[in-house]
Amino acid sequence: MFHSFTRRTGLAIAATALAAMAAMPAAAADWKPQKPIEMVIMAGQGGGADRLARLFQSIIQKENLASMPVLPVNKGGGSGAEALRYLSDNAGEAHKIMATLNSYYTTPIRNDIGVDIEEFTPIARMALDTFVLWVNADSDIQTLDEWVAAVKDAGGTWKMGGTGTGQEDSLVTAMLEDTFDLDITYVPFKGGGDVAKNLVGGHIDSTVNNPSEQMGFYNAGKSRPLVAFTPERLAAFPDVPTASEMGYDLVYWMQRSFVGPKEMPAEAVAYYTEMFEKLSQTEEWQTYTADKALMADFLTGDELQAYFLEERAKHAEILNSMGEGSS
Amino acid sequence: MEMLSLLADGFATSLSPLNLAIVILGVTAGLFIGAMPGLGSVNGVAIVLPLTFIVPPSSAIILLAAIYYGAMYGGAVSSVLLGIPGASTAVATTFDGRPMAQRGKAGLALIAAAVASFVGGTISVVLFTIFAVPLADLALAFGPAEEFALVLLAFTTFVGLGGDDILKTIIMICLGLVLSTVGLDLISGQPRLIFGDLPGFYSGISFLVLAIGVYGVGEVLHTIETSKSAPQVTPAKLTFREFGDGLRQMNRLWKTMSVGSFLGFFVGMLPAAGATPASLMAYGIAKTTSKRPETFGTGNIEGVAAPETANNAASTGSLLPMLTLGIPGSPTTALLLGGMVMWGLMPGPMLFIEQPDFVWGLISSLYTANFAAVAINIALIPLFVWALRMPFTVLCAMVLVLCIVGGFAPSQKMHDVWLIAGFGVAGYLLRKADYPLAPLVLALVLGPLMEKSFRQTLIAEQGNLLAFVERPLSGTFIALAALFFVLPLLKHVRGKEKKQVVTPAE
Repeated sequence: MFHSFTRRTGLAIAATALAAMAAMPAAAADWKPQKPIEMVIMAGQGGGADRLARLFQSIIQKENLASMPVLPVNKGGGSGAEALRYLSDNAGEAHKIMATLNSYYTTPIRNDIGVDIEEFTPIARMALDTFVLWVNADSDIQTLDEWVAAVKDAGGTWKMGGTGTGQEDSLVTAMLEDTFDLDITYVPFKGGGDVAKNLVGGHIDSTVNNPSEQMGFYNAGKSRPLVAFTPERLAAFPDVPTASEMGYDLVYWMQRSFVGPKEMPAEAVAYYTEMFEKLSQTEEWQTYTADKALMADFLTGDELQAYFLEERAKHAEILNSMGEGSS
Repeated sequence: MEMLSLLADGFATSLSPLNLAIVILGVTAGLFIGAMPGLGSVNGVAIVLPLTFIVPPSSAIILLAAIYYGAMYGGAVSSVLLGIPGASTAVATTFDGRPMAQRGKAGLALIAAAVASFVGGTISVVLFTIFAVPLADLALAFGPAEEFALVLLAFTTFVGLGGDDILKTIIMICLGLVLSTVGLDLISGQPRLIFGDLPGFYSGISFLVLAIGVYGVGEVLHTIETSKSAPQVTPAKLTFREFGDGLRQMNRLWKTMSVGSFLGFFVGMLPAAGATPASLMAYGIAKTTSKRPETFGTGNIEGVAAPETANNAASTGSLLPMLTLGIPGSPTTALLLGGMVMWGLMPGPMLFIEQPDFVWGLISSLYTANFAAVAINIALIPLFVWALRMPFTVLCAMVLVLCIVGGFAPSQKMHDVWLIAGFGVAGYLLRKADYPLAPLVLALVLGPLMEKSFRQTLIAEQGNLLAFVERPLSGTFIALAALFFVLPLLKHVRGKEKKQVVTPAE
């Protein structure tokens, strides 16, 4: 205890002194990871979050953005509860970072797992994933209004497919039900790819897939986007209107960020922030975000923390209206 | 004939010296990865994935596919030698592979597995080459109702053929189904059976933990007990005569192997199912259609050939929805998909049109990977068999270490190690009481899939149970399942009547 205290203080003093003396751009230049960096993923292998985290890892490796290798570790149990607990048990660690998604807020709200995300150290938000309402290309529905009419006609038997209950897709569905006063049958599936396939196969009537999950089918002319839940139209679908421009307050994002444990040393935070900033400027990342209609909205530090807390409050509200809160 | 010219172009890619070297390297690595319990193709592909940037994308995917293929061959090795299925796809291989090894025929069992894998792999690659594009639509026709019907069919092909005490089989299936409900419920998102609040149970009980526990640890405990009086020596060696003998025996199994290949390919192609149910169904069918079903489970070479053809065929089949629909059928294909996205390739209905070089390069590399895998595998069999000649006291300690490392490695939780210890003791006791362990493990593998698709269908169809029989595909599967369930019972009853009539004196 004493040992780690003095070491950390010593490092901090040295860093401050150096920064003051030589007016270095950041303390990051002095601190380098001493061992492989563990990248904890809040989801299991093979899902969207996992694929994205491994994409980050490969870009870091390829562009040599870190002096030590990055090791992805999946801790997806309990909608990420496992990863959240793990991070909160490793306070002060400088070699563990976590890739987050929206279960970063929803999991601690839905179940009391003894984790307060306010304590974690925000590092960088890499992107915001978007949501779009999809129907099968064989369907007659062309617009949001027609969709609403069709759902009302179905009288509660309209099948909306999505990821697990309490996860992002079900929240968007709840928002739709709320806005248009609808009664939808929500069918949960294991992952976004599974959902997309079931829409194209005609087993469900509509989905709110991320564009990346439907892109393959969309390009093949098998699915049709109706409306995007973004403030502005997506570059990938210039003809698809947004709900906001039609006068409905329906905006929902999936955030893809990195956080560190509580009390992560400031030098390490600076190091990772710089690493991710460089990553966000690489060509691979720029192409990927453009192809998959992701908004590459880079955000760090206190602003990111403020964003997290605001989103948490918003999610608590949606979950409460769904009757999903833990208390 | 356009296809043939495309395939020829593909071979031009896959037979380049670099790609050929990559296939051999990948297959060898995969073989060892698959042979280690706890290290499966998922881990192998995940480790190698970020290293693939040094080669062009088509070589990179060839490397990953070669590892995937090699691991499928290797899975049989630990099933036969140690009785621990290295992956869920190799469970059925233990049923007859392990007894063969115990009777000193480990070499023969491994040859059977390698040859069967080769046959299954090759037939399915041919099917893949010809039907990849049209079959994608069949995969799409599979919704939750069809998934449920298929899993039910997988259960009945096995249950009906249990042969052992039917009551005990049913008890073990129920126990496995209970274990399969542990963890976070997909539909409601609530944790179930987490024993108070043990966070380790949130992600459920993995197949590997149960299999390593009841087969690996349980087997060691059982062997320690039985070898106390008479130390068990496994006279395992492999001569060329045995090798030739093995090939001759395999030559008589064409029917089993073709059934296994077709079944494996089609079941593997369906995104939800994959290689595990395929291998079990192939074993079940081989046993029912056999003239001497009672020899299954005691070391019948056919019982090794059937599941091994099917699981290799299924692993090729599961590449189909991944490439044509962008839907991974298994965690490994999900990683392959991730790799393709990284290289800027978009799997999906357009891939075959937009990237023919890549697709046909990959398909042709499956042919070369198959040849490389069977050759390397057979060459290494003497080495694998030699491992069995270690004194039991050494081997037993090594198996225990492998069990613990293999159980800890995938999730890195001590929780799983304790579970393995617990399941090991439970498995040993159940074995002593003569309860079959296979149904327990199978129920854990298939249970979550069955429950999920059952509930999805009921939600989607507003609770209408008839939905399962009204849809043509699922209705057919349900009918087949019913047939498979009743058939053995009829056989059983008839058999009894016959016995009473023919041999009253006995």
